Amino acid sequence: MKKTASTEARVPLFDRIFKPELITLSNGHTVSRPRSRTPLIAALVIAALALSVHVTGFDLTIVVRRANQLTKILGQIFRPNPDYFSSVLPPLFETIKMSIMGSIIGCLLALPYAVAASANINRSKPLLALLRFLLNIVRTLPTLVIASICALVFGLGTFAGTVAIVVFTFGVVTKMLYESIETVNMGAFEALESAGANKFQAFWSAVFPQVLPTYLSHCLYSFEMNVRAASILGYVGAGGLGILIDERIGWRDYNGLGTVLLTLFVAVLLIENLSQFLRSKLS
Amino acid sequence: MEYASNIIEKYESRPRKWWLYTLIVLILAVLLSWSASSVTFKGLAVKGTEVAKGIFWGLIKPDANLLFSTATDGVPYLLMETVCIAILGTVVGGILALPVSFLASPKIMPKPIAFLFNALILLIRTLPSIVWALIWIRVTGPGAFCGVITQSICSIGMISKMYITAIADLDTSILESLDAAGCSAFQKIRYGIIPQLTPNIISTVIYRFDINIKDATTLGIVGAGGIGAALIQCINSRRWTMVGSFILAMIVLMLIIEFASTKIRAKLARGQ
Repeated sequence: MKKTASTEARVPLFDRIFKPELITLSNGHTVSRPRSRTPLIAALVIAALALSVHVTGFDLTIVVRRANQLTKILGQIFRPNPDYFSSVLPPLFETIKMSIMGSIIGCLLALPYAVAASANINRSKPLLALLRFLLNIVRTLPTLVIASICALVFGLGTFAGTVAIVVFTFGVVTKMLYESIETVNMGAFEALESAGANKFQAFWSAVFPQVLPTYLSHCLYSFEMNVRAASILGYVGAGGLGILIDERIGWRDYNGLGTVLLTLFVAVLLIENLSQFLRSKLS
Repeated sequence: MEYASNIIEKYESRPRKWWLYTLIVLILAVLLSWSASSVTFKGLAVKGTEVAKGIFWGLIKPDANLLFSTATDGVPYLLMETVCIAILGTVVGGILALPVSFLASPKIMPKPIAFLFNALILLIRTLPSIVWALIWIRVTGPGAFCGVITQSICSIGMISKMYITAIADLDTSILESLDAAGCSAFQKIRYGIIPQLTPNIISTVIYRFDINIKDATTLGIVGAGGIGAALIQCINSRRWTMVGSFILAMIVLMLIIEFASTKIRAKLARGQ
């Protein structure tokens, strides 16, 4: 409470540099109107854009000049090679299995960690900060980087990919879960604690039933994302469809690539719809 | 006593969903055993523990020269390149998404056109961005520009989807009152539609920027510029101190961006 009072009293830096405009009303009162921040923000955005164009060598003429190359590739992708379909299926199932296993293990690991990382259950500030810090490190690592490291540690193949998905799922689900644990109604938890239940008992009977549907919904959501993420892990040698995608593009066999992408598209669509159906049932 | 027996009675008649829980556990067990058939642990790779140790020490003792060098292969420049890719990709994607989302709104467009554009959005959203990058590399050649184009296209998918919800949530009664006050079509758009959409659009674009920063780091792995390209080279050549400095720099960058984006979006949601 102390904090909000002090921040309200402080005048923002912007208003101290650009003094608010004073308007005298017809009845003699004066009111002040803060200057608009739009010009400053616009100037910053334009400067950032100019720098980005310079750094990245943004040049649309390349795209226009080489548009025929793109249409050629896309034309071949949209004419998938049906004979190739039989060799797409085994890696596709491998991808799905990797994401199922990774999602389940990751979600199970996320549950205790999220409980320990929620501010309303864990009252010790330093422990909370440490847990959040570790979680942030895990969460910000890109999946492909985790997968390439796992491929070096565990060898090429599906196991490395599964470990990468476990790590990724753990990060995402823990973050979402502790955010929902922090918004639950704590009345029942406190009542149980005052009635003599220990922390675990109070959590199990008062908080867990409240967050269970949200938790399951987060798990399904992460599974949806994982199927898409797992499909590219093969690119760094971690098993699944990615190997085929890499191989087809390397050989410039865009008809075959079309088959792989079409299969992936249909599989993702089916899984997304199933998961969204289950999630609408949960809420 | 009356009170206590009431409580016990209520407790005895509490909803028991044990069959639901058993079902969930059963389904999970079946799925796990099915998926275990193709995910097998074959032990650590040759030198696997050495790699793990290397990365661990790399993270604790990163290459300080690389971390603060101002050359174009130093960490600061690569981070800036990554941010620049994300900025341009998000802005171009956000602009391209505007017409797409209006064309895909069933409220405004005839059904067949809206369906066609919705299918396009779905197609963009479902394919992983790496695949798009691999296709675009054949067009633009490797480099940061490829990353920009890839992110522009990939951003359309999610941004349009959020724009469409914003368009569907438009309060049309404002338009009617503007009509009644005698406003022209341009004035209706300027004072009735744009003020309603802007906070949503800016919030969506900032959120996507947050995602694009993360994405830009991985796009480098296929050769689309940014820090990922250098990182994957160092991983493959096993220079762990360099890997450590790249990973630490990426973590710091992403945490800063995420913090700023959450702050700005919270401000926008409160309407300031």
